[in-house]
Amino acid sequence: MAGITYNWDFSFLWMYRWLLIEGLGFTLLYTLGSIAFGLIIGLLVGLLRLSRNWLLTLPLIAYIEAFRCTPLLVQIIWFYYAFPVLVGIDMPAVVAGMLVLSLYTGAFYAEIFRGGVISIERGQWDAARAIGMRHIEVLRRVILPQAIKRMIPPFLNQSIIQLKNTSLVSTIAVADLLYQGQLITSATYRPLETYTTVAMIYFVILFPLTLFAQGVEHRLQRSD
Amino acid sequence: MSDAPARAMIEVSDVWKAFGPLQVLKGISLEVPKGSVVALIGPSGSGKSTLLRCINLLELPDRGRVRVGDQLIDCAQGRLPRDRALASFRARTGMVFQLFNLFPHMTALENVSAGPLFVKKWRAQEAKAAAMELLAKVGLIDKADAYPSHLSGGQRQRVAIARALAMSPEVILFDEVTSALDPELVGEVLDVIRGLAEEGMTMVLVTHEMAFAHELARTVAFMSDGGIVEIGRPEEVMVRPQNPRTRAFLARFHSSARAFAGAAP
Repeated sequence: MAGITYNWDFSFLWMYRWLLIEGLGFTLLYTLGSIAFGLIIGLLVGLLRLSRNWLLTLPLIAYIEAFRCTPLLVQIIWFYYAFPVLVGIDMPAVVAGMLVLSLYTGAFYAEIFRGGVISIERGQWDAARAIGMRHIEVLRRVILPQAIKRMIPPFLNQSIIQLKNTSLVSTIAVADLLYQGQLITSATYRPLETYTTVAMIYFVILFPLTLFAQGVEHRLQRSD
Repeated sequence: MSDAPARAMIEVSDVWKAFGPLQVLKGISLEVPKGSVVALIGPSGSGKSTLLRCINLLELPDRGRVRVGDQLIDCAQGRLPRDRALASFRARTGMVFQLFNLFPHMTALENVSAGPLFVKKWRAQEAKAAAMELLAKVGLIDKADAYPSHLSGGQRQRVAIARALAMSPEVILFDEVTSALDPELVGEVLDVIRGLAEEGMTMVLVTHEMAFAHELARTVAFMSDGGIVEIGRPEEVMVRPQNPRTRAFLARFHSSARAFAGAAP
């Protein structure tokens, strides 16, 4: 069996370094931006989702499940191509990309927040109410301080995954890291080196972050 | 002294409560005079804890009225009291739970001062001073900075009692507060409750400690199947019960019944 021979040569990529750096900038911007917007969406939706009023919770459940149970790639394409047709507004790719990424991760955050709050024993609500705290005070002084501790590990996980998720906006020509990789590939016909390099850039950023998340998780466990 | 008959401190009138299809309380009425101790006994599932939770409105009765001191809540179908009204009602009705329910992210001191600080809006200094006094009262001044996870069950329950006391409640409700404790830790908690009784605190106890109920309570109410079956002085209800259901229940506590004579510490 003859082995495939291929001459690996990464040196040409040096020429394209600014393209990759620019792409990385977009990737980080999309990650941080969608985490920030997603956090706001997730907090609001997650806390409202705790209401017993189904008129309020039903649309929120619909939103959460629509975004959690369909592929992100499809959502991005749909929001870029189909949504503008439906509502008659033109959305630039950069806006559509950020919007979908935020809504997507916001749906996951909402469930993380809700899960954190409902994981707190009923006795904590009882005790806080029994000394006369009002609902908002119970949440603020007793439930959230405990719940946030439990939310941090899944929140960090979801945020780390989000950095990889942003690569899907390359499909609508947002110039992120992967998109630049595609550009370089089409100019040089050397996909192996290019995509390997792109993958390594993701890895070099994410691996330390996963270690950091693990460290945080250990520290939280020990403080219980 | 006024000539009018003294009004009860707690007055529960015709309280009904169902959880789904299960009717847990079937029109219960109960009066607790100021400064007296009422013990609720009965088999599990008889509605004792639900009645207790209705007195401070942790459960809202489907129907009926609950009055504590001069605060009255009238529960009618489909009409829910507002959050603010419930909170101010509960602030003056202390409750201690079977599983302590201390706030795990707060030290003993912070647990006790939480009410004065966040509900009464006292200044930090005053709240802390009051909390230290109460911790001293329950014998835990040296544990002020300890987190609940570093306290024994008996210590946790004493902190929980101090936390209830910090709101200067007019009554305190005790929901099986020694049931989750190792036997050797029960005594220290009962001692604190005994001390409160001697100070004239109005209290309602749901308890399985028959000897303790007999010793401390002025009135014992035996509950079964969502109603109060028999109520009276401990000697009547616990020693000479009239109702067959009370008799059957107490027969199971026969050994403790024999210990009544030597119940005092």
